[in-house]
Amino acid sequence: MSEAALEVSGLSVSQGRVEVLRGVGFELPRGAFCGLIGSNGAGKTTLLRAILGLLPSQGQIKANGRIGYVPQKILFEPDLPVRARDFVALGLDGHRFGLAFPSRARAEKVEAALRAVEAEGFAGQRIGRLSGGQQQRVMIAHALVRSPDLLLLDEPLANLDIKAAAEIIALLRRLSQESGMTVLLSAHDMNPLLPVMDRILYLAGGSALCGSVHDVVRTEVLSALYGYHIDVIRVHGRVLVVAGGGEHDHRYDHEHVTAIP
Amino acid sequence: MSYLVEIWLAAGLVALAAGAAGYIVVLRRAGFAAHALPMAAFPGAAAASLFGFPLWAGLAGFALGGAGLLALVQRSVRRDAATALLLALLLAVGALCLSLSGHYAGSVYGLLFGQVFALGAEDLPVLGVIGFCVPVLLFLALRPLSLSALSPELMRVQGGRPFAMEVFFLAVLALAAGFAVPVTGALLVFSLMLGPGAAAARLCSGPLAGLILAMGLALGLAWAGLGLAFLTDWPVGFFTGVGAALIYLLARVKTG
Repeated sequence: MSEAALEVSGLSVSQGRVEVLRGVGFELPRGAFCGLIGSNGAGKTTLLRAILGLLPSQGQIKANGRIGYVPQKILFEPDLPVRARDFVALGLDGHRFGLAFPSRARAEKVEAALRAVEAEGFAGQRIGRLSGGQQQRVMIAHALVRSPDLLLLDEPLANLDIKAAAEIIALLRRLSQESGMTVLLSAHDMNPLLPVMDRILYLAGGSALCGSVHDVVRTEVLSALYGYHIDVIRVHGRVLVVAGGGEHDHRYDHEHVTAIP
Repeated sequence: MSYLVEIWLAAGLVALAAGAAGYIVVLRRAGFAAHALPMAAFPGAAAASLFGFPLWAGLAGFALGGAGLLALVQRSVRRDAATALLLALLLAVGALCLSLSGHYAGSVYGLLFGQVFALGAEDLPVLGVIGFCVPVLLFLALRPLSLSALSPELMRVQGGRPFAMEVFFLAVLALAAGFAVPVTGALLVFSLMLGPGAAAARLCSGPLAGLILAMGLALGLAWAGLGLAFLTDWPVGFFTGVGAALIYLLARVKTG
């Protein structure tokens, strides 16, 4: 029986006086493809940064293996003298001093990461001149170059058009299947991920629920998590989480129906 | 060694340091800091002349102190406002020192606009150390300087320390800029650093080649400026200032 890739229990994170996460606990099995879903401000980035150790937090976080990280979109200026290949190489040893002597082993790792994300065609171009989807591939290659066991991605689909987003999702799924890498990626909309994710980690009100989409994304389960009535509506294989207008709890009656993205 | 050879060597050494530092300034988008640090060195030179300690010690001390202050204020307050205030403060100290030291006008002109012809053989050892150490340090730190500028967060995830890199960078920049002050003047150091750096960033798409090219361009610029100044009797700073703008313009035209 293989151990979990990531175990989190009793995780609380405060920023200033606000408790962003309160007693969050979940477990990801090795090779899981998990969507971290929640609206803006639900604490998705905070959770990822806490797992990375970038934020002070209380509770237990146990990651078995190396963690790779793809942060939220970085603004690269078009004139920045850094090629996509340079950026990927920085993932390998960008934190180290010393001259980067051209070595075959080093170059092979960088090329393998570029190949894995199908970025060979534009690896020699400046990163700031690439399209959003291309930049996202390069960011993923930057994380892959150190062969992580667990890949965390913060909103990798934001700012991408539908086609580029679908390509990134297919790419991540392939990488996860090929190498057994565990993937945890945040998104404010779960729908593009429904065909690929085998787990969902749903954040609301500082708490989290983790499980299969079928078990978590249900009217009664999410209502309990949010603390007020919401409806889960399935239309043509898509899921809408809709707040307000519930008959069960008139305290939270809203004039308009608002979709929680 | 003839006097002219000494001047050429001194200017060349300063140019190598300034060119390398200037390229990293472009890579890290730190133009404002590059403008402020020569200003920090300027009161050092003034204080040295007032209290009678060596010029180079005054320049290095004030430039490094300015870099430390800059790192601290940038960490706690908004970057550009803090940098601008620090700059004005240091200039005011420099103005006071010069005013107290008695030989006001001539020194001000030299420190602000350059007085390379006042350098001599005794300055070469210290300039040699700077001209060698600044580029070597920047070559060795090219990767962490790049990564921490692109994403401090990724730098931390990989186990690096972005703030330490910022302090390191400002200190090296302070040395390069401070020691360029007697050659180009505090106001015109900027041209020797930023012109070649920005042009190299446009011409070379990778960081390593860009760093080497920036040093070459700065060297050419300093020597061309010196030669033209010698021929025409116009100030060196004028030629390096105009030349820096021209180099950048040509690089833009060439790269479209």
